[in-house]
Amino acid sequence: MFNKKIVAYALLGSVLAFGSTQAHEFKLGQLEIGHPYSRAMLPMAKVGGGYLKITNSGPADRLIGITSERATTVEIHEMKMNGAVMEMRELDGGLAIPANSTVELKPGSYHLMFMNVTQPFKQDEMIKATLVFEKAGSVDVEFSVGPVAGDKGHAAHSEHGK
Amino acid sequence: MTTKNPFMLIATALCTIFFCVLVGILFFTFKDEPRNSRFNAAFSLVNDQGEKVDETIFKGNPSLVYFGYTHCPEVCPTTLFEVAGYLKALGEDGASIKSYLFTVDPERDTPEIMKSYVTAFSDRITGVTGTAEEMRRVVYGWKAFAEKVPNKSGGYSMSHTMDLFLIGADGRLKGLIPYGADPDEAVRKIRSTLL
Repeated sequence: MFNKKIVAYALLGSVLAFGSTQAHEFKLGQLEIGHPYSRAMLPMAKVGGGYLKITNSGPADRLIGITSERATTVEIHEMKMNGAVMEMRELDGGLAIPANSTVELKPGSYHLMFMNVTQPFKQDEMIKATLVFEKAGSVDVEFSVGPVAGDKGHAAHSEHGK
Repeated sequence: MTTKNPFMLIATALCTIFFCVLVGILFFTFKDEPRNSRFNAAFSLVNDQGEKVDETIFKGNPSLVYFGYTHCPEVCPTTLFEVAGYLKALGEDGASIKSYLFTVDPERDTPEIMKSYVTAFSDRITGVTGTAEEMRRVVYGWKAFAEKVPNKSGGYSMSHTMDLFLIGADGRLKGLIPYGADPDEAVRKIRSTLL
């Protein structure tokens, strides 16, 4: 009886502790979408980044669009460091997902941009979005919101799924 | 004096190579070092309280200057978090340092937006905005880079310099802290160049 209670509390505790930042996955045909995550937005910030990993065990495809109720548009961007200059550009025509490959959207590289977000993302929130692929079709995913970028105190969490 | 000694020829060749390498190293070192340049531009902008600021803010106290914008999901917040960390690490020693975020996107970044954005990091960082034209004077004045990159949706992103500029109380550039620098190293650099 007493033991059962302990187990129950331990389970509850671990769910509370790890639930929101646990790595999560979504599947669409031969595409696997690994741990979509975002970051808590700063006051007055209007854009949020989105990161995820796409593992394709099938033929070549292309991520051509993303929609979310939380943003007017979601764009696919590429960030590049050119010396000391950060270069940003939107990917025209989406992001190629070659056959049998893994494409990672992560800070400092390809990423999604949630534009004109009216309700800033808060840590531990889940942001619903739909990814649209040229061939495989669309899949609903959820981005788990981690701490604000650069918040070293919590950085360990945002490393999940990388 | 003809080359009687064959070693002389080799020695001369070695000396020439050594000299060339030396000049090369010097050249690269200088290229990497910030030109100890003085800021010569004049500008008129507003801080996050809506008060006018001009080129005199770079004089009289050391400052940390960053060019970024609030529609920046990763690099800018990371750098500003680090700046807040440097100021904390310096404590009383760094009390004379002022820190500024000059927005490379003054069109969207109003003083109110700047105010709540920078204070999320530290009450020691001041946001500066104004007209795009006046902002360009500051960016060019420090030989920084900022460029608007239009998106097909009609919006835009900004490409910009990621370095943090260390400016002395004399209004001269004393050093740069690159993006992703080691925090301890950065604090040491601020101490040695600005304090």
